[in-house]
Amino acid sequence: MKANSPAERLYNGIIKENPTFVLMLGMCPTLATTTSAINGLGMGLTTMVILAMSNMMISLLRKVIPDGVRMPAYIVIVASFVTIVQFLLQGFIPTLYSALGIYIPLIVVNCIILGRAEAYASKNGVISSLFDGIGMGLGFTIGLTCIGIVRELLGSGKIFGFQLFDGGATIFILAPGAFFVLAMLVAIQNKVKAGKPEKASTGTGCGEAACAGCTNMMCGSRMVSGNEEGGKNA
Amino acid sequence: MKELLIIAIGSALVNNVVLSQFLGLCPFLGVSKKMDTAAGMGGAVIFVLTLSSFCTSLIYKFILVKTGMEYLQTIVFILVIAALVQLVEMFLKKTIPALYKSLGVYLPLITTNCAVLGVALLNVQNDYNVLEGTINGFATAVGFTIAIVLMAGLRERIEYNDIPKPFRGMPIVLLTAGLMSIAFFGFSGLI
Repeated sequence: MKANSPAERLYNGIIKENPTFVLMLGMCPTLATTTSAINGLGMGLTTMVILAMSNMMISLLRKVIPDGVRMPAYIVIVASFVTIVQFLLQGFIPTLYSALGIYIPLIVVNCIILGRAEAYASKNGVISSLFDGIGMGLGFTIGLTCIGIVRELLGSGKIFGFQLFDGGATIFILAPGAFFVLAMLVAIQNKVKAGKPEKASTGTGCGEAACAGCTNMMCGSRMVSGNEEGGKNA
Repeated sequence: MKELLIIAIGSALVNNVVLSQFLGLCPFLGVSKKMDTAAGMGGAVIFVLTLSSFCTSLIYKFILVKTGMEYLQTIVFILVIAALVQLVEMFLKKTIPALYKSLGVYLPLITTNCAVLGVALLNVQNDYNVLEGTINGFATAVGFTIAIVLMAGLRERIEYNDIPKPFRGMPIVLLTAGLMSIAFFGFSGLI
């Protein structure tokens, strides 16, 4: 596949750099909103829409925004889209709006969105940025839906609301279950990776914890260095 | 007075910000490797969160509500928080260099901590006044500090244990967090 073509971007977002399972970004919504498969799907799609729109907008404005104030500018763009999407959800899908609650406005501080803005959209064309956003968003949606399906199945014996068996351990729907399910999924992924050494080497190259830590730290410090420059310029 | 105490205990222990609301999970997992860095992060969060929930409550009550622009809350809050963190950093650097030295590194990371924005939004959602909002912010930050310091202590010990290979790194930390989360359920009898 050609680099930066729409298909390559989609593949990159869904498989190669899946934000949930490979990059381990955006952990807060991943754990908080996956009490059921449908909530996970809803949160994923909401994030995808915002990610695609903000990527496109930032890519369009990349030559206009001065380098020094780029981070505050990105935050304002993302926050505007989040506000728009929040009101659309409130008006048209009120059940999802009340299920996701405070986590919709918190999409603003989701590392994935600012990370993609900084790492991709600020350097590439509009079309490939749009597809980068859609690919990453789909990868995030798949990750959240997977976790949601596991938690809903173990917690209440349902998938997408269809009853498969009676009972289930309620703890998987409560907060601790989120930690357990994610831990198991990451452990399974580690196991699979260890089985295929050549694939592991193309992956992250360091321990998952170290990566999650450093990407988050990078995400934070990058943003801050932008802010600092912004402050000086202003 | 009684309501304030209930708010404080509620957000510090019962609805612990990290372990039951999943806010501020990134620093909780990322900066909890060593006890002293965890304590530093906790201190910085207490400082910023108290100040930011005070400022955002004030701005919401006296500017956004008065002008009927509540719908701008997300944008306004995130900008206020980013600017505030920057100001606090500059202020500490000039006036209290000793405190800056111990908290300085962690301050920048806090802008992306979703607990800060989360508390500002929760204050609005729960219709807290300025005092209640500030107390809520402080208590939430104390809850965060309790969780991250406990986690750092556990992680320092986990280092020396023989863990099955696939569970090394992130999975064992998540499992530990899950067990801590169960333990914190015990506090729900307090209120």
